[in-house]
Amino acid sequence: MNETILTPQELVDRFMDTFGEAITDPRIVTRAEGAKKNPNTNIWMTIDREILKPVISLLKELYYPHLSVISGWDTGDELRLQYIFSIYYGKPHGEYMVTFTVPLKKTDLSVPTISDLIPGAVFTEREKQEMYGITVVGIPDGRRLFLPEDFPQGVYPLRKDETGIPDSMIKNLWETKRPTDRPAPPVAEKEDTEEKPKEVKSDE
Amino acid sequence: MSDEMKKKPYVVPIGPIHPALKEPVQFLFEMEGEVVKKADFAPGQTHRGIEWMGMRRNPVQIVHLTDRICGICGVTHSLSFARAVEQIVDIEVPARADYIRVIIAELERIQSHLLWAGVAAHELGFDTLFYLAWRVREDSLDVIENITGNRINYGLVQIGGVRRDITPEQHPVIHKCLDGYRDLLGKMLNLFLHDTTISIRCKDTGKLSFEEALHLCTVGPTARASGVVKDVRVDYPYAAYGDLDITPILPSAYGGEINGDVYDRIVVRLLEIEQSIGIIETCLKEMPEGGIIWEPKLPKLLAACKKAHGEAIGRHEAPRGECTHYVAMDGNEAPAMWKVKASSYSNLHSWIPMLEGEQLADVPIIVASIDPCLSCTDRVAVVRGNSSDLLTKEDLHRLSVEKTRRIQGC
Repeated sequence: MNETILTPQELVDRFMDTFGEAITDPRIVTRAEGAKKNPNTNIWMTIDREILKPVISLLKELYYPHLSVISGWDTGDELRLQYIFSIYYGKPHGEYMVTFTVPLKKTDLSVPTISDLIPGAVFTEREKQEMYGITVVGIPDGRRLFLPEDFPQGVYPLRKDETGIPDSMIKNLWETKRPTDRPAPPVAEKEDTEEKPKEVKSDE
Repeated sequence: MSDEMKKKPYVVPIGPIHPALKEPVQFLFEMEGEVVKKADFAPGQTHRGIEWMGMRRNPVQIVHLTDRICGICGVTHSLSFARAVEQIVDIEVPARADYIRVIIAELERIQSHLLWAGVAAHELGFDTLFYLAWRVREDSLDVIENITGNRINYGLVQIGGVRRDITPEQHPVIHKCLDGYRDLLGKMLNLFLHDTTISIRCKDTGKLSFEEALHLCTVGPTARASGVVKDVRVDYPYAAYGDLDITPILPSAYGGEINGDVYDRIVVRLLEIEQSIGIIETCLKEMPEGGIIWEPKLPKLLAACKKAHGEAIGRHEAPRGECTHYVAMDGNEAPAMWKVKASSYSNLHSWIPMLEGEQLADVPIIVASIDPCLSCTDRVAVVRGNSSDLLTKEDLHRLSVEKTRRIQGC
């Protein structure tokens, strides 16, 4: 672990110098809250899948990163994975959020595992596999995490295309009727009359 | 094929419903005598798909959905979500609202840590302490009710601020509660940390080394008890925390070395109650005057949200550690993506190194020691040699109490 602390701009420059055009759209976003408006630092970079592991290795050289979670975003044409890290924690007001976005084409949804670099990543990688239908190559434990065993294969709940949750799997609470073995409600239930408003109109 | 079938662990469903997020969990232990050789767990027995629901609702509706993610962390998720949306829409939160957010978040930490202290005492078979912790916890719930109108599901945070102000008449109520806790804390520390039985049961039990805590991405008191200096409130200025002079609490604050055992986790949580009392008092004193919400009219707020494009991360140090919400918006009414990372999500895998090599009777207190937000030991499947057996929570609790009684010699 290196003890020199880079400024946000130096950190971005370090990554850009090392990886060049494989990193696009680097952004440093600061936000100030409270009465004293002390700013916090958020760094965003979009990276190619090929440099995912080298990027995290470089981050590890700077400081052991805390992997908060891997998130995903199905934008329609592509699936974007966000690797959300923080570094320089333990330094008062000195922590940076560092988020690497990895865009994946829907035709080739695979990423290498990062669990050999950060063992705690397995948990969230398992979740991404079942929720987005991606393949994490080399994952040491590829079982499902949150979804039940009998959940259908090929359905990925957080996808927004045809592989997402089909309408047939959605139960709407308002569609369930009142149980019949209960005392009568204090106010009589409305009749099931979808056509009625139209009839009233035609009568008038 | 038949060997494969024999090796395959069988699955015990737990649930069906638990107030915490997607976290009812099932354990599988491979035992050698009384010692856990191998531990495994499967969460997600009642995944509610709350992110999926959120992506079909507008941000103001989601704020009230976030209140209901967790029964204990009533403000954690709404604060994290609101902060993420505020960054995307570029909303400036009034400073007074930031202070009120911190006050309610710290009251939540007090009640959550006291709840945990009670659970820990109960798991050890020390039920008088359990009753004491839960009785005094009521005081903080009363104050939360006084401020927000509710004991849980506070509904206080709104995008752009808070929905209720803290009036001068409420200050004495809050101070009275805090003074009560300050007087009581010495007693609690004495009862928990100087009791011989608790020391024997908790010291060197469920150890998590510094390296393991770091590599498994643990957060909150679990990480700090293993010596990882990490507290979002200190590291990453947000809300009014950036104005405060606070330091992360490590077990060494109470003297002694950092062992990363159950005892250290008790030390960290109890001392954090004291820290929270101080934070609330400072905030009440320094709270600036002014408005409490960026835009009180909801249609205007929603119209601003609907125009916004971008992605942001909202974080908050919950009682159990860092909570992260990732939100992406693409100019529609509902967010394009919403990912909730609750604090226990990061802490669950630390169970494996903690549990392996421990006795079965120590399982309840170790599992409870990370303050998991789930009904963890509902049932446990135990494999002893070739035969397997089901233990209910009651059986496990009995084993734990019996061990305490053996130590006490009665």
